[in-house]
Amino acid sequence: MNKIDFINLNINQVIEEYPFMADYFSENENLFKDFSKSPSSIIDELTEEELEDLAIDKELTLNNYYEYFNQMLDFLGIEDDRVESLTIIKGYDKSGIRETHDLTINVGEVIAIVGPTGSGKSRLLADIEWIADEDTPTKRKILINNKEADKKWRFSSGNKIVAQLSQNMNFVMDLTVKEFLELHANSRLVEDVDNVVKKIIEEANLLAGETFDLETPITSLSGGQSRALMIADTAILSKSPIVLIDEIENAGIDRKKALDLLVKEEKIVLMATHDPILALMADKRIVIKNGGISKIIFTNNEEKQMLKKLEEVDKFLMKERQLIRLGQSIKLESLHID
Amino acid sequence: MNLITISGPPSSGKTSVIVKTIDALKRRNLKVGVVKFDCLYTDDDVLYKKLNIPVKKGLSGSLCPDHYFVSNIEEVTQWGVKIDLDVLITESAGLCNRCSPYIKDIKAICVIDNLSGINTPKKIGPMLKAADIVVITKGDIVSQAEREVFASRVRQVNPKAITMNINGLTGQGAFELSTLILDDKQITTVKGKELRFSMPSALCSYCLGERRIGEDFQLGNVRKMNLGDK
Ligand SMILES: Nc1nc2c(ncn2[C@@H]2O[C@H](COP(=O)(O)OP(=O)(O)OP(=O)(O)O)[C@@H](O)[C@H]2O)c(=O)[nH]1
Ligand SMILES: [Mg+2]
Ligand SMILES: [Zn+2]
Ligand SMILES: [Zn+2]
Repeated sequence: MNKIDFINLNINQVIEEYPFMADYFSENENLFKDFSKSPSSIIDELTEEELEDLAIDKELTLNNYYEYFNQMLDFLGIEDDRVESLTIIKGYDKSGIRETHDLTINVGEVIAIVGPTGSGKSRLLADIEWIADEDTPTKRKILINNKEADKKWRFSSGNKIVAQLSQNMNFVMDLTVKEFLELHANSRLVEDVDNVVKKIIEEANLLAGETFDLETPITSLSGGQSRALMIADTAILSKSPIVLIDEIENAGIDRKKALDLLVKEEKIVLMATHDPILALMADKRIVIKNGGISKIIFTNNEEKQMLKKLEEVDKFLMKERQLIRLGQSIKLESLHID
Repeated sequence: MNLITISGPPSSGKTSVIVKTIDALKRRNLKVGVVKFDCLYTDDDVLYKKLNIPVKKGLSGSLCPDHYFVSNIEEVTQWGVKIDLDVLITESAGLCNRCSPYIKDIKAICVIDNLSGINTPKKIGPMLKAADIVVITKGDIVSQAEREVFASRVRQVNPKAITMNINGLTGQGAFELSTLILDDKQITTVKGKELRFSMPSALCSYCLGERRIGEDFQLGNVRKMNLGDK
């Protein structure tokens, strides 16, 4: 719809035809009070003094209104560009030496990124997030579906190609789990909010050691519960096809289930980690040295066997932790690992 | 020279973002200087100096820092030209929610942080609404979902701006910002340019130094709250 027509539609009509705009009007309720009028006429009727009071510039306000509408339409149409694969084309390390490997990652794959702190893991994640086009310090290039990626990914703030699960998963907003998830679902224009919220909390409780409910304030979740909630939320609600994880450490969540959940929702998962269980759960691991990808290791059969053992050790540790928590004594004979 | 105006609420991460962005600009052999505008106090200049970044500061004292900014920006531009800067960045403490230091045709960046609360984007007015780029900091402290909710609030206020997340501590995202801020159009003066948003005059007796309280002492542009008794 063209701009002139759109800004002259009355608000009731706009909301009826484009329900996603309702949120916009409630966010700007100080200006748009009378829904039987159009935004254009509401602003026309303001006096100079009222314009100054509300800090409103007529043209800017109407342009922004129309732009927001168009972005939301784009946002809803995003299903068309599915991401099937991500390719990292080699660049240079910190000494200017060319990397030796290109790497393609397909949907459903899990990749670990390993290397000492400061070696360049974050730069690799940033290159992916920026869809680098030989224009970052590493000169890497990122392809999506084997093609040069559309630059719109860089700037569209709504449909980021990448969701980042950072190490810190604190919450600062003063909301309950339910209110928070609803807010997030609304910002993603989800239609069936109630069901989606229910599904997220169910999955989150499967990942977290200690369960929580919809009325829990998000700021009082434990570290493990916050992580579980964020992983479930990212898997189910976020449209971003690529998930970058910066170190999920052991804190009280089932890491295997977490990865399974993300992969099941058709994501590409890259995680920077030092944890042997996570690293071996990945299909491949990228080794970073001096800012460059120095090696790609495929997880082989021996390592997969080792993973089973490590998981047993992990379970054993969890059990002992639980005993300590319950105030019981630890027995030497409980240790059985073959 | 390129002039870039940066504004944002106190402690939102402006200096951190500027410092990391300058690191990236320096790698391209560009000479960058900063002018800090604040109201009563700042030690940002000390920090910039320590990093060998040419810097000047201006304290507006009893004035709105943005009014003070417009009254000084031409002189500041001439300082930048004189010392041969390629890029001059102004950092303004966004202390007045009614004003912004943005000028038409000059890149305008608003820095706002994820911790400031979901209603802040609505509250801060022209400083956010009229920016070309909105940088959101402190994403490392909050969850992905909170970052998304916050960014969607920013988008409702300013859908035209490029919104990007930058970590002011590690600088992740600052390189990307450095690629977006330079213009082919060079300037040597801002004389004749216009502000993006008019600034209210709001001259009352208190602006002029009055301290005594009571109607007898109130002159000029005085406005009364509606407390609902009438
Ligand atoms: N965790 C975290 N802290 C940050 C980030 N960015 C800035 N900070 C911290 O926030 C504080 C304020 O940052 P500054 O860069 O001084 O903020 P400013 O906007 O320049 O502040 P004023 O100029 O005083 O208004 C400092 O302690 C920074 O280290 C970030 O992305 N993450
Ligand atoms: Mg500062
Ligand atoms: Zn002001
Ligand atoms: Zn006054």
